[in-house]
Amino acid sequence: MWDWHTAREGLPLILHGFGITLLATALGSLVAIVLGLVIAVLGRAPTRWVRLPLRAVVEFVRSTPVMIQLFAVWVLAPGLDPLTIGIVVLGLHYAMYTSEVYRAGIDAVPRGQWEAAVALSLPPIRTWWGVVLPQAVRKVIPALGNYVISMFKETPFLSVITVNEMVHEANQFGSDNFAYMEAFTIAAAIFLIASYPTSMLMRKLEKRLAH
Amino acid sequence: MSFLTAFVRSLPSIWDGIQITVLATLLGALLALVLSFVLGLAARSRHLLVRGLARAVVEFFRGTSLYVQLFWLFFALPILGFKLVPLACAVLAFGLNYGAYGSEVVRGALAAVPRAQWEATVALNMTPWQRMRKVILPQAWPQMIPPFNNLLIQLLKSTPLLSLITVSDITFQMDQLRSATGDTKAAYLVLLVIYFVLAYALTLCMNGLEALGKARLGQGRA
Repeated sequence: MWDWHTAREGLPLILHGFGITLLATALGSLVAIVLGLVIAVLGRAPTRWVRLPLRAVVEFVRSTPVMIQLFAVWVLAPGLDPLTIGIVVLGLHYAMYTSEVYRAGIDAVPRGQWEAAVALSLPPIRTWWGVVLPQAVRKVIPALGNYVISMFKETPFLSVITVNEMVHEANQFGSDNFAYMEAFTIAAAIFLIASYPTSMLMRKLEKRLAH
Repeated sequence: MSFLTAFVRSLPSIWDGIQITVLATLLGALLALVLSFVLGLAARSRHLLVRGLARAVVEFFRGTSLYVQLFWLFFALPILGFKLVPLACAVLAFGLNYGAYGSEVVRGALAAVPRAQWEATVALNMTPWQRMRKVILPQAWPQMIPPFNNLLIQLLKSTPLLSLITVSDITFQMDQLRSATGDTKAAYLVLLVIYFVLAYALTLCMNGLEALGKARLGQGRA
């Protein structure tokens, strides 16, 4: 049922996949964190010709499965490196969530701050960059962190487009050696070991930033 | 054959696929709902052992990726001698994973009911069941619905995983149509739209539930 020898044999392969998983999470989060901010700021554009189409795109991408989005882009963009597609699509999907997080953060900046920026006749760039965003972003860091953790746990979806991340490697090793028990148990353990301390950290950060 | 004729011709199998997807979503959500309450209530228990056990179960299922849990149930569990039909694997995985997330929702909503309400139930000499049933839950329930809805949509969005464990869900059926017609763009667009409509319908239902729960409390429009 459980063979330590097999487990030891599979571990290096699965750990190698874990490296890809971490890379995809890091770069995917970067896309989500930057793009989400852009979407949130554009969401406050003065004209509804920007706001409404943006809202529609966010709603659509948010309510459809990331696995199908990955598949669709992969099939429709042949020749592109699967890992790149995975990072961009996963990042885009999560940008829809992070944009909502930023939006809440921006909404929570007191009105007086905006009015002060107007009174000082700061240009819009400085109003956003110097006044609003530093206050808005600080409060939402734990929420962003939680989405990074969620994304981390959704990276196995990349295996459907042949990215050799951790679960792909575990599956491969499992079927080659008929060692599914060892392979998937190791993968589960690695996920738990990596995500539990991170979510504890976010919880602590949340408490500290609350004051 | 054009995509449209092929699409119309395969409508019955697409409908079958939609039914499987919806069935898996609803059964998974039902199991998740039950587990949310069991684990959420256990997390507030007076006994350290119960609390600790609930905490461990929640952290385990939150921490180990739904994808891995599903594959473990599908590929590894049979090695231990338990072979579940694929749909049952999926329902179990969805229920356990989202139940763990849902328990946090239940815990949070119960904690948000004002202390005075709890004290009043004690003062009125209510039994623990009466306290929950008559006073605490009616107030906590409407608060749980928006976060539950988020989880429900996430669960729905996880259902394409069914197609990876040999279940003929909507993703599988549309993939068949895609290879039959070669029209990838149309097939995936239709599939995404189907998912969007399903998600929208679920959200409408949940909004209705929330309005109902609030009306019972005399809040909002009756």
